[in-house]
Formats: sequence, C-alpha cells, structure tokens
Amino acid sequence: MDVQKVVLELTVKNHAGVMSHVCGLFARRAFNVEGILCMPIAGSDESRIWLLVFDDARLSQMIAQVEKLEDVVRVVRHGADHQVFERLEEFFK
Amino acid sequence: MQLNGAQLIVRLLEQQGITTLAGVPGGAALPLYDALSQSTILHHVLARHEQGAGFIAQGMARVSGKAAVCLSSSGPGATNLVTAIADAKLDSIPLVCITGQVPSSMIGTDAFQEVDTYGISIPITKHNWLVRDVRDLLEIIPAAFRIAESGRPGPVWVDVPKDVLSAKIEIEALPLPAVRDALPEADSGLIGRAAELINAARTPVLYLGGGVIAAEASAAAVALAEKAGLPTTMTLMGLGVMPMDHSLSLGMLGMHGARYTNYALEEADLLIVLGARFDDRAIGNAEKFCPNAAVVHIDIDPAELGKIRRPNVAIHGDVARVLELLLTQVQANPRAAWVARVNDLKRQHPLALPGMDDPRSHYGLVRAVASLLDDEAVIATDVGQHQMWVAQAYPFRRPRQWLTSGGLGTMGFGMPTAIGAALAQPERTVVCFSGDGSLKMNIQEMDTAVEEGVNIKVVLMNNQSLGLVHQQQDMFYGQRIFAADYRHQTNFQMIAAGFGMAVYDLDKTDDPRAMLAEALAARGPALIHCSIDVNQKVFPMVPPGAANTEMIGG
Ligand SMILES: Cc1ncc(C[n+]2csc(CCOP(=O)(O)OP(=O)(O)O)c2C)c(N)n1
Repeated sequence: MDVQKVVLELTVKNHAGVMSHVCGLFARRAFNVEGILCMPIAGSDESRIWLLVFDDARLSQMIAQVEKLEDVVRVVRHGADHQVFERLEEFFK
Repeated sequence: MQLNGAQLIVRLLEQQGITTLAGVPGGAALPLYDALSQSTILHHVLARHEQGAGFIAQGMARVSGKAAVCLSSSGPGATNLVTAIADAKLDSIPLVCITGQVPSSMIGTDAFQEVDTYGISIPITKHNWLVRDVRDLLEIIPAAFRIAESGRPGPVWVDVPKDVLSAKIEIEALPLPAVRDALPEADSGLIGRAAELINAARTPVLYLGGGVIAAEASAAAVALAEKAGLPTTMTLMGLGVMPMDHSLSLGMLGMHGARYTNYALEEADLLIVLGARFDDRAIGNAEKFCPNAAVVHIDIDPAELGKIRRPNVAIHGDVARVLELLLTQVQANPRAAWVARVNDLKRQHPLALPGMDDPRSHYGLVRAVASLLDDEAVIATDVGQHQMWVAQAYPFRRPRQWLTSGGLGTMGFGMPTAIGAALAQPERTVVCFSGDGSLKMNIQEMDTAVEEGVNIKVVLMNNQSLGLVHQQQDMFYGQRIFAADYRHQTNFQMIAAGFGMAVYDLDKTDDPRAMLAEALAARGPALIHCSIDVNQKVFPMVPPGAANTEMIGG
C-alpha cells in the first residue's frame, strides 16, 4: 500500500514547550509523525518546525487543531517531494 | 515600585477585576498566599480539596461568563486540580489556574512535591506556561486572561516556581489589563448562502449549543427562530437559551431527549447549528443522524467545522455577529405546515414524566423545586440519573441558569460549582441536584459552603446507588448489578449537620411540599434529602451505537 506523505511547515513562536504542544497533539490522536525537524529562524523570535506525516483522512482536522495552538503562527502544507527531508536522508544512512 | 513575583500576580489579578478566588495553600505557593494576605480587594475562598477550588472557580465563570481564578501549590495540589481543569476544557469555560512550583533550580530533580505540571496540563488546557523569569509575569498574566476569554473560551494554566514568586522586580506601572481579541470577520457571502438555504428549506431545525451562551447570543438565536419559524432544539450545554415553554422549543436532543425531539430532527431537511459540536451524546450514531438534512454550521472555533459532520455552509465567526447579519437576510416565514407537523409529533410522542405530581419521586421532586423558584435561581447538578432527570424536567428559561458537567461528565462537579455560583451572584438561590454517589466525591466542600455562608440548597436524590451505572447494568448487562449499589447506608443528614448545614429530610414529613418551600426560602447552605427508588430509569434512552430514532422507553 502506498500512502502519500505530506510535509508540514510550521512557523512557531520561540517558546520552550512549543515542541511538546505540537508533538503531543499528534501523539494523543495516535497520528504518526515520520520525521520532525526544528530550528530557530535566524534573526527572529520564531522557529520553524518541519513535520513529515502521512496523508490520512484525519490530516485536515489535524492541521486545524495545530493552527489553534497559541504559539503556532502559520502552517503550510507541501508535497512529500519537498526537499527538506530528502536532503536530510543523507544523515540517516 | 518594587514588588516580588507574588505581589505582582496579586496586583495584576486585582487590576483584571478579580474579587474572589479559590484555592488551597502549600509550600511552593506560600509566597503567593503571603501576598494574598495583604490584598484588601481579593477574597480568598479556602476550599477543602483543590478539585473543589477548581469547581468553585468554574461556578463563578459559568454564571458570569468571565474568567475565574483557582490556586494551588505544587505536586498533589496541582494534580488535584486536573479534573476540574479538564472539565472546563471540554465545556469551554474560561479559567485561570495558578499553581506554585518547586524552585527553578530544583526542577527536574524529583524534588519534594515536584510534578511536571506544565506537561500534565498541556492536553487539558487551551494554553499553559511555566514561568521562568519574574519579568515574564508582566506579559503572561494578562495573556492568560486574554486567551481564556477570547474566541472559544477555555482554561489556561500558569505554573510559577517558588523563586519566581519571591524574586523582586522594579516596575514603573502595571501593564494594561487584558482585553479580548477582536472577533473574526464572518464571510458575508457565506452568510448570504446560509440565508438562502434557510429561506428555501421546508423542514428546518435550529440546533443550539453552549457556544450560543458563551457568545451572549441567546436573544438573537430566539429572534432567528421566531422570524423564520424554526423549531429549535438545544444540547445539554445549550439548555436555557430558548425558554423550555416557548412554542418553538423542542427541548434537548440526543441520548435522553424526548421522542418528539429526535423524531422531528429525523424529518429535518436543514440543520442550522450554532455554537455546537455534534457531540456523540447529542447525535447518537453520526452516520444515521439527520440523514436528509443539509447543514449550516456556525462556530467561533474553525476546528469544529467539519470535524464530525461535513457542513454545506460553514461559517467561522462569532455567533452573535453572524446572527445579526443573518437576521436581516432571512425571510419572515411562520412555516405553519412544518410547525403543525412538529406539534403533532409533540402530541403523539410526548416526554413521559411519571410521578410528576409526587414531590418525593424523581421527576416530581425536580418539578416541585421548579414550582417554588423563579427564573432568577441557578440550577446546578452532579452527574448521573438525577442530572438527566433535571435536564429533561426542569423548565429552564434563561442562559446561565443551568450549570452541568456536559463534556467530561464529572461526578463531584455539583456542590463546589454551586458554591462558586453563589459567591459570584449572592443574591440568587443556587440549587444543586445531586446523587448520593456524586455528593460523596466532593462532600468536604460542605465545610466551605458553611464557612462562606453561601445560599446553596443541595437536593440529594438518594437511591443508595450509582444509579446511572445500575441502569446500564440492568438494561444492557443481564441485570448483573455490580459495584453499583452501596451496601452501607450513609447518614447524609448527620454528615451535613456535622458540617453545620441546615438539614431537611423529605422522607420524614407529611407535607414534603411545605418542607421544600421552607428550605428554599431560608437563606444559607442546606441539605434537602429525599430517598428515590433505585429502579427508576432515565427514559427515553438511545442505546450506545444506535441512531437517535431508536429510543427505548419514554
Ligand atoms: C468522577 C466520575 N467517576 C465515575 C463516573 C461514572 N459514572 C457516571 S454516572 C455514575 C453514577 C452516579 O451516581 P449518583 O451520583 O448517585 O447519581 P444517580 O445516577 O444515582 O442519580 C458513575 C459512577 C463519572 N461520571 N465521574
């Protein structure tokens, strides 16, 4: 079975704890996160979180819930071909 | 001026308009309590259990619509608050919960009374903080109130390490108190489409949830129903929005709704859903709920739109504002044929309330209390059969008259919530219908009620059993009643008297109605005890997994 993957790009406020809010949201709904990456955005008080997730029927509801988090500023949805995780694969060999 | 963190919190609470808060002190919260002791504005209500403090705050918030505050120390104090906060989350009640934490330098060392309050509170709050620096309080405390009250209300949690409470800060002036975020601008094109659907509908039903109360939109919702001839149903959380005796009222829908209500919904060609979330106890089997109805769904929380039922028109907005615009575009239409059909259903399938005229029976007691009070009274409940009997039989006529644990269904909710309601609105009579199981879960708050002298009347429907469990085992588990009946009979009258409450026992009088009248007319906390037959059921009932039209009994 070939389930499509999706890359989510979250812009978040740089608060300690924002990672646990985001990850907890997925974990509580038994929604698998395949890959996760988080770095501060240079020269700002925001961070970027990249998530690699499966495109299952609950994904749009998940995104709606993520958008509600106080520290999440923006969520953008990309296809799985987005380069961020592809380039990273080198480090996971 | 120079303050410490605790004094700063106290000043910010005062400035926010808080006058009463509830809590229980302890080691990590001592600086906060010391600062509270110096406040001439804040009245601290000492609860007997932190869960009681959480529900006292809920009672204040539920009757006022404003965020209320509860406090505790670290560790067990914080974990004891968890249930009350989770309850507020599911019912969208604005709370600001402030807890002491072990000193920053000891966090993560399994220090005495350390728990990960921040981690524990993530899934049960709208937002939460662990305060790392005393300066951050200047931003966090106002933000806590703003977030709790803005949009879809909910609880927030501020965990403050003891060293932050004691740390000194020099400030010129306090930051401004929080104001609510601006309301979202609703899409006028979508409102137009919603109006078209309503105008074209033959058998529409208006479906109102607790969000209508939170948005202070009850009068507008009733105006829409009247203008467009819309039979109107309410969720458990929405009771009171439209008076029960209104000719368009269908009462409560769902698991224990009247037959006519669920039958009328089955015939709906359009549902107009305001501030409601298609909860499973309201809609039964989601696939079979209103199979022929289009849906207009209006809610302040965009994540509710399409979560359970895909709407034909979804409007993200403030219910009050959307209604204002919708009312101008909806055509006046008495919809006489549909209203007549609904009235036929009411006649053919009425809500049966057996024993209604006997004040010592389950429905009769609810009605007798109602007959002795006016709409100014507040009615709280615990959780169980008694809760559903009150929901079915009490003639609710105004928003915020009815306080019940809808989403979490928390036994022990009733009495402390009633205390909070009475503290916030001391001129009212606050009645709490309770069961013997539920009352035992926060019975220690009788002490708080007496100390505060609040005007609450606990009407105990004592069936010597966890009645709702008994009912389910009787009906669905081969009558194997297990762990539901209490073998030992508790003397509640003596317990209440021991705490200093007035006690009235309807079992021991020739004139229960006169005794009730006397009990309700006297001011101050009282227990009104009445034995109830354990075999009485809540009917009608939609069995688990069934469609709402497949009701048993009633
Ligand atoms: C804290 C909590 N524990 C367990 C339950 C499950 N439960 C739901 S109703 C009920 C029985 C309630 O008994 P009682 O308060 O005596 O009310 P009655 O049903 O007899 O009217 C139980 C155990 C619950 N809702 N809340």
